[in-house]
Amino acid sequence: MFLINCPYCGERDQSEFSAGGEAHIVRPKQPTELSDDEWAEFLFMRKNIKGIQFERWNHAHGCRKWFNVIRDTSNDKIHAVYKMGEEPPIK
Amino acid sequence: MSKNLRIINSKYIDQTSRISFKFDGKTLYGFKGDTLASALLANDIHLVGRSFKYHRPRGIMACGPEEPNAIVQVGSDASMTEPNTRATEIELYEGLEASSQNCWPSVNFDIGAVNNFFSPLIPAAFYYKTFMWPANFWKLYEYFIRKSAGLGKSPTEPDKDIYDHRYLHCDVLVVGGGISGIIAAKTAAKNNFNTLLIDDKNILGGTTLFQKNECFKINNSYSNEWLKKEIENLKSLKNLTIKTRTSLAAYHSYNYLLARENLTDHLDLNEKKDKIRQRLWKIRAKKVIIATGAMERPLIFNNNDRPGIMLSSSIKKYIDYYGVKCGQQISLFTNNDSAYETAISLSNSGVSVNSVIDIRDKSNSLIVKQAEKLGIKIHWKHTVVNTNGYKKINSIEIMKLSDDGTTVVGKKMKEGCDCLGISGGWTPRVHLFTQSGGKLKFRDNDNVFLPDKSELDQISIGSCNGDFELDEVTKNSVNLINKFLKVNNNDYENLEIISSKEIDKKNIWLLPSDKPLGKTKPFLDFQNDSTANDVKLALREGFKSIEHVKRYTTTGMATDQGKLSNMHALGIIAETAGVKMGELGTTTFRPPYTPLTFGAIVGRNVGEFFDITRKTPIHDWHAKHNAEFENVGQWKRAWYYPIGNENMHEAVQRESKAARDSAGILDASTLGKIDIQGSDASEFLNRVYTNAWSKLEIGKCRYGLMLNEDGMVYDDGVTTRISENHYLMTTTTGGAANVLGKLEDYLQTEWPELDVYLTSVTDHYATVSICGPNSKKILSKVIPDLNLSDKEFPHMSFKNALIDNIKCRVMRISFTGEHSYEINIQSSYGKSLWEKCFEAGKEFNITPYGTETMHLLRAEKGFIIAGQDTDGTMTPVDLQMDWIISKKKYDFIGKRSLYRSDTIRDDRKQLVGLLTDDPKEVLEEGAQIVLETKKQPIEMLGHVTSSYFSPNLNKSIALAVVKNGKKLKGQKMFVPMKNKTINVTITDTVFLDKENKRLNA
Ligand SMILES: [Zn+2]
Repeated sequence: MFLINCPYCGERDQSEFSAGGEAHIVRPKQPTELSDDEWAEFLFMRKNIKGIQFERWNHAHGCRKWFNVIRDTSNDKIHAVYKMGEEPPIK
Repeated sequence: MSKNLRIINSKYIDQTSRISFKFDGKTLYGFKGDTLASALLANDIHLVGRSFKYHRPRGIMACGPEEPNAIVQVGSDASMTEPNTRATEIELYEGLEASSQNCWPSVNFDIGAVNNFFSPLIPAAFYYKTFMWPANFWKLYEYFIRKSAGLGKSPTEPDKDIYDHRYLHCDVLVVGGGISGIIAAKTAAKNNFNTLLIDDKNILGGTTLFQKNECFKINNSYSNEWLKKEIENLKSLKNLTIKTRTSLAAYHSYNYLLARENLTDHLDLNEKKDKIRQRLWKIRAKKVIIATGAMERPLIFNNNDRPGIMLSSSIKKYIDYYGVKCGQQISLFTNNDSAYETAISLSNSGVSVNSVIDIRDKSNSLIVKQAEKLGIKIHWKHTVVNTNGYKKINSIEIMKLSDDGTTVVGKKMKEGCDCLGISGGWTPRVHLFTQSGGKLKFRDNDNVFLPDKSELDQISIGSCNGDFELDEVTKNSVNLINKFLKVNNNDYENLEIISSKEIDKKNIWLLPSDKPLGKTKPFLDFQNDSTANDVKLALREGFKSIEHVKRYTTTGMATDQGKLSNMHALGIIAETAGVKMGELGTTTFRPPYTPLTFGAIVGRNVGEFFDITRKTPIHDWHAKHNAEFENVGQWKRAWYYPIGNENMHEAVQRESKAARDSAGILDASTLGKIDIQGSDASEFLNRVYTNAWSKLEIGKCRYGLMLNEDGMVYDDGVTTRISENHYLMTTTTGGAANVLGKLEDYLQTEWPELDVYLTSVTDHYATVSICGPNSKKILSKVIPDLNLSDKEFPHMSFKNALIDNIKCRVMRISFTGEHSYEINIQSSYGKSLWEKCFEAGKEFNITPYGTETMHLLRAEKGFIIAGQDTDGTMTPVDLQMDWIISKKKYDFIGKRSLYRSDTIRDDRKQLVGLLTDDPKEVLEEGAQIVLETKKQPIEMLGHVTSSYFSPNLNKSIALAVVKNGKKLKGQKMFVPMKNKTINVTITDTVFLDKENKRLNA
C-alpha cells in the first residue's frame, strides 16, 4: 500500500485513491477528423511499462481531485506528483 | 509413556501451576509457560502426525514457526476449531484440546501408511502424473486423496470470536526482540524516535535469553543475564511500545506492515470469553529494523524424518528454557559448532549425550574444546547413514566420510539413542526483507542468502543479516543502527564480548549413505513429503527453473512454505545442475510469514458490517408493509409487497395490473441525482449525452443516453433544467457514483475550461413516484394549488411546489409509460410525503410496487435498463435508439466510435422484442437464441436480456439481443432449453401502447 502525496491534501494512504491509467493522453479536439486508426490509437493503445510510468490518480475518497503521478512500476516508488495541466517535473 | 522428562532448571516455566489439556482425546498435564509441543515432549510424546504422501510417522522437530510436522487441530467446537496450527507456537492453557492432523483413523494406526510400502511407486509429481487421466476419474481420486491427506478440518459454524483491526504509526519499527532487536529498540527510543518493538513470543529475549555458557559473555556476565537486565531497563523508556505475542505477517511497500497480535489464545478457556481474540495491526513505519534472527537447518540424510529427530537448537531450547528433556540418550549430528552448545546444555542438565557426529575434520573453537573437556565423545568426519525405529527413533548407523564427502568408507557403527539432534547450519530469516521487495545476495563461505538492496527505509541486523556470532551481532548491529538512525548516542558501543568463533566450516547438501540413492529416503520437505531424490528426478526430467522444480515436487509449498527445506532444495539443484547457488536465485517468499486466521483478516467487517447498507428514508414503511427487499449495489430496494400468501409472481402480477388500471406508487429515492451548475452547464451536457441540450427550455426534462468513449451505452436517465445554469441529472441506481466520477474526470482533465460544478445530491432528496391513470387526481389532492393541466404541466416538464409549506420539485416523467409524476423532497420529509400520497390514493386503490414490477412495466414499453439489456457492448444504434444521437452536434463522448468499422457492421447484436408462440411460456433471462436446431455446431445468435409474463397483455414478453436482429422482425427462432425447445418470434421492442396514449391519459 503506497503513500500518495495528494497535491491538494498531502500524504494519504493508497486506499483513499483510485488509479486512472496512463497520463498525458489528450482527448483529440476534433475526433471526427481522425481516421479509424488514429482514433483507435487514442482509444485503446496504452503503454505497459516496467519502470518509470506517468499515471493519473484520483483522490476518490478525499478531495476528488485528479492529478498526475510519476511511479516506477518495478518497485512502486513515486518520484513525483503534480497537478493536472502542469508539465511533468522530471522527464 | 509416564517417564518424567521434566527437570527443575527453568525460570520460565512455573512448575507450581499445573495445567491439564487434551491431546488426541487423552488428558495430559503441563505447566504455565509451556507450549503444546514442550508439554507433549515432557510427556514423552514425539509422534504427532503423519506425513502428507507416505503417511510416515512424524514427530516434533522444532520449537518455533518453522515447525513442519507438529501441525495440529485446536478445539473441537464446530465454530471455534482451528486447523493447521503449530504445536510449537500454541501456549498451553487450561482446557486446551488438540488433535493430530493428517492421520486417519488415528496417529498410531494409519491406513495411509501403506503408501510408505509402495513408496518407490510414488515419485515426484506422482499425483499429477497418475490422476490427470482419465479426467472423469478425478472425482473418485479426489475423495480418497482428500480423506487420506486430512489436512485439518474447517469449522462448520460461524466464528464466535471477536477480531479487531487497528492502525499504528511509528518512527521506528523493530521486528524481533532478540539481542539485536533489543539493542535497536533501546537505541532508537533513547534517541527520541517513537519506537515500536514487536516479537512473536510471549517474552522478549530470543535465544540469548537462555544462553548461559562460559563461551558467550557480555561485560563479564553470561549473555542471558546481561540481556535480562537490558530488557528490564526497556520499561523506563517512554517512547517505546512493546508488543509481544505479535507476529509480523506481511511487509508491503512504503513500510506498510501487517502484524497479528494474539490477545487471548494463551488464556484459559473461561478467561477468553468476551475478549478480542486477535488484533491485526496495520503499521505505517517511517523506518523499519528487521531483527528476525535465523533458523537452524536440518541435515539431509537417509531416513532423517523419524519421530525423535529434532533440530539441535530446539533440543537446547526445550532443556534450557522449558526444562524438558527431549530424550534420555541423545545423539547429535552436525556440520557446525552450534550442536556443541546443545551438547553442553544437555550435559550440564544431567542428560547423557551419546556422541556428537560431526562431518567436519576438526574444529578448534572455544565451544568444541569445552565440550571435549566435559568428556563428550565426538566422531569427526563421520555421517549418519541410516536411522532405525518406526514410531520413534531407537538407533542410528554411522560411517566415516570419504575425503571428498561424496561416499562413506570403513565399518558401519550402530549407536542406540532415543533422540537425534541435527544441525546443518543457519539460515537467516530474510522472508520479510524479500516480501518488501528487497533483493538477496549469496555468501559462499557458509551458503547463506543475505539482504542486499532495498528500496525502502529499512535495515536488517543480527543473524537475519548473516551475523551469527555474539561479537559480530553486537558490533555490527550497533554500527548499522547508528548509521541508519543517524545517531551517535548508543549504549552498546563498547561492550566486552567473549564469544566462541567458528573457524572450520563444511557443508554437504545431501549426505551420502552406504545404500544407493534410489534406496534411501532423505527428506527435504517434511510437510509435503518430498525427498532429495524427487528433486533430482525433476532435474532429470528436464525441469530447470527453481520455481518449476518447486511446483513439480511440491517442495516448499506446504503451510510452512518450506522454511526448513528451501535451502537444501536449492543446494541440491545447484549441485546437480552444476550452477552456482547465487545464480540460481530463490523461490519467492509470500506473505503471510505464518498463516493468518480469516478472523484476523476480516476483523470487524463481518455480518451486517461486511458492507455498507443504504436505506431510503421510506425504508421503514416498506418493511412495515411486508416488502421483500433486493440489493441494488449497496441499496436495499423494495422488491415486491406480497399480501397474505402471495408468492413473488402473484404479487408482481397484481402490482403491475394495479399500476396500469388505477395507480401505483414507487420509492425511487435510490436513483442517482447529480446537481449541475455553472454558466457552461448546457455545453457540458451537450458533450456528455448523445442528444442536444442547448435548446431545452427551463422547466423541461429530457431523457439522455451516456456513452463511453468506445461508443457503448454506459448509463441513462432524465435530466431537468431547473434554471438557466442549473440542471438536475438522474442516473441509474447502481451507476450513480461511477457516473459522477466519470463526469468529474472529464471536467478536471479534458475540459477544465468549462465553468461547471457537480454535486452528488442522491441522499439529499427522497423521490416518490406515482403512476397510473389516476395519478393526476391523487397529486391534485396532495398539491391542490398546482395546475396539472396538460397545457400547464405537460409530459417531460417540471414544477416547483409546496407541500405543507415544504419545498419540493415535481417532474412529470414516466418510466412505465403511464401518466406519472416524480416528487423530490428533502430526505427527512420523504416518509411523510409517501404516507400523504398513499393516503390520498387510497380511494383509487393506490398500490405500492417494487423494483420487479417497475422492471416489468418498463419492459412492456420496451424501455431499456442500462446494465440489464446492455452489457458494455451495445451502441445506441444496436439498441435501435438512433433517434437519440444528435446529427448536428460536432462532438460528444463516444461519438467518433459510433462509426468505427466494427460499430457500423450490420450484423452486430441488436435489441429486439421476442414473443413466445405459446403465450404462457416465459423465457429464462440469459437463454440462448438460435435459428437452427438440427445442424451442428449450432450458432448462438443472441440471448434473452429481460423476460416477464405481462398481466396487462396477458402473455409472455421478452427483450433480447440478436445478431442482425433489426432485419429479422417476424423471424421464427428457437430458444433451446435443457429439456425442450421454445419457439419464438422476433418483434418490435414496444409491446404496449405503441402510440404513447397512456402518457396523457
Ligand atoms: Zn486530495
